[in-house]
Amino acid sequence: MNARVNAREAILNSVRSALKRGPLDDTQRAALDARIPQHTRPAQDEDLVARFMRKFESRAGTVERVTGFDAVPAAVEAYRLGKGLPARAAVGAALKDLPWPADFEMNHGAAGIAEILSVSPAIAGIAETGSLMLAAGPGSPTTHNFVPDDHVVVLEASRIVGHFEEAWTILRARAEGMPRATNIISGPSRTADVEQTIQLGAHGPRRVHVILVG
Amino acid sequence: MEIRSKEFKERSVFAIHDASLQQALGKARGGFVGKRAQQAAELPEFEQLREEAKNTKNEILANLDHYLERYEQAVVAAGGHVHWARDAEEARNIILDICKRVDAKTITKGKSMVSEEIGLNEALIEHGMEVVETDLGEYIIQLAHEPPSHIIAPAVHKTKDQVSDLFEAAHGGPRKTEVADLVNEARQVLRDKYFRADVGITGGNFLVAETGSSIIVTNEGNGDLTQTLAKVHIVTSGIERVVPTLDDATLFLRLLARSATGQETETYTTISTGPRHADDLDGPQEYHVVLVDNGRSKMLGGRFRDMLRCIRCGACMNHCPVYGAVGGHAYGWVYPGPMGSVLTPLIKGLDAAYDLPNACTLNGRCASVCPVKIPLPDLLRELRHMQHQQDITPVMQKRALNLWRFAATRPKLYHALEQVAARVLSGISRKGRIRRLPLASAWTDSRDLPAPAGRTFLELWQGKRGQK
Ligand code: SF4
Repeated sequence: MNARVNAREAILNSVRSALKRGPLDDTQRAALDARIPQHTRPAQDEDLVARFMRKFESRAGTVERVTGFDAVPAAVEAYRLGKGLPARAAVGAALKDLPWPADFEMNHGAAGIAEILSVSPAIAGIAETGSLMLAAGPGSPTTHNFVPDDHVVVLEASRIVGHFEEAWTILRARAEGMPRATNIISGPSRTADVEQTIQLGAHGPRRVHVILVG
Repeated sequence: MEIRSKEFKERSVFAIHDASLQQALGKARGGFVGKRAQQAAELPEFEQLREEAKNTKNEILANLDHYLERYEQAVVAAGGHVHWARDAEEARNIILDICKRVDAKTITKGKSMVSEEIGLNEALIEHGMEVVETDLGEYIIQLAHEPPSHIIAPAVHKTKDQVSDLFEAAHGGPRKTEVADLVNEARQVLRDKYFRADVGITGGNFLVAETGSSIIVTNEGNGDLTQTLAKVHIVTSGIERVVPTLDDATLFLRLLARSATGQETETYTTISTGPRHADDLDGPQEYHVVLVDNGRSKMLGGRFRDMLRCIRCGACMNHCPVYGAVGGHAYGWVYPGPMGSVLTPLIKGLDAAYDLPNACTLNGRCASVCPVKIPLPDLLRELRHMQHQQDITPVMQKRALNLWRFAATRPKLYHALEQVAARVLSGISRKGRIRRLPLASAWTDSRDLPAPAGRTFLELWQGKRGQK
């Protein structure tokens, strides 16, 4: 046996001797595996969409509502022009079939260091804290969520759930299993490391804008 | 990191006289406490969640071996690797081996207290690798060649002026004086490092047995850039951070941000599960988790099991009057404040940190805010008891205690001594304050001792009864 295997056994044995017992038997293990956690979920008495928007905006995020997916490119265009950004962006391939303007240059690959705007699809919104849930995959590279200064996230209103637990149910139901990275995002990047002064845009996006569809 | 907890008294005196430190601590104090109190007040279920968190952690700890094995299986199923490290040296070697194998030149790091605990940076640098801390606070103290002074706000002891000086020296002027400009400058410098990094190392707030995921919680997004852009992602975590399911992690997440920074949530909660998939367009090619014991399994066996519930939120130090007066560096190792005063002697040895369990007024504020209800004052009292039993209480203190016990068990003698002391102290005071007292200079050097009224409580009481 090599040292690594020894360390594993040594730690597990040390845990068991501290617990004054040997390894659990199959029945005990099965009982633990069958355990369903029932933790208290903070009560909510608000419309899910209204709460999501209120919470997300309270953390310096911005939200606009459009009626359908077809309206997304125009909303992105307006946002881009409002910020004075050039006509290009990193766009998750999941959104590539929307009616984008012909002169809009899109990168569906990973975001490079020079990328300044990105558009990503969210797989859920969480009303509890006003958070977005994004799943890494070929249609939504993780670098899009962190590298550009401006991050636009497209979220269908019907995908907003009340609590985190419901968002996990969505993850568990995915045919392709857990994404490599699941990003729960609650507004722009921030820091308070210099004299407790809150400063947006520490390392991640300076602005996060949600286009709420429906 | 070398332990200097033996110098607690000297370092405290130094800290109390350090004007910049006192300025920085003063700014921090109110913020954390007020914001946490507001968050707790705004969530009617907060106390209920604390109780559930305590009970859930206790259940996990009672079955820790099972959940660690389940977690390992799930990590492997997701294509990741799990490494087990009995102690700091083993953990360092595992990480060094990975870094050497991939010929790592630049290593970026998200904030990880375990990596501080195992002295990782020094080891990597010794082997010629460039190590870059990316959390802004960690980056600042790395430039200052200092250890963190707080577990969630590592540079809380630095003033803006000091940060300006450090950045000017490291990045070359012009000197920035606004917080926005300082943050921006660090952002630019670190961007380049993320993209060049061979290995990205982060901590793990929670390890989820259900999915084999590690969860980190940050505000800056540095941990995400660190782990997404490097070729290899290494997670360092204590064995006690495993939780059974995502739902269990949620229970602790609801308490963590509120207790730590007084926010409803941190900006980023990231669940990482294995390396990049075949069709992913970014993400690390390798995913490793290093599970560190380093004294934790021993703690599980005895009176200190409660300490393993700790989710490293920092609330106990934010509410500690001793931490508030001397800051984190006085504690001399990685973990400061009440939780550090328990962990340091348990990990590094009772005699390596004699003063820490004693630098506590037992006011109980830490326990009253701890999100997992760790009875910190009781644990500190227990450590004092162990010190006494193991005979490492300093001789002077023991003599004084013995003398006090001798007098205290003889009421007549005790009252006579009290009367003498009250009169002497009252006699040497000026306007009711004593500026200097021989043998008690540790107290009087940094503050005045209130002088007694000249007569003891009993004398006054008896006098009052006589008047009736
Ligand atoms: S002991 Fe409690 S309050 Fe202190 S850091 Fe740990 S969890 Fe937070």
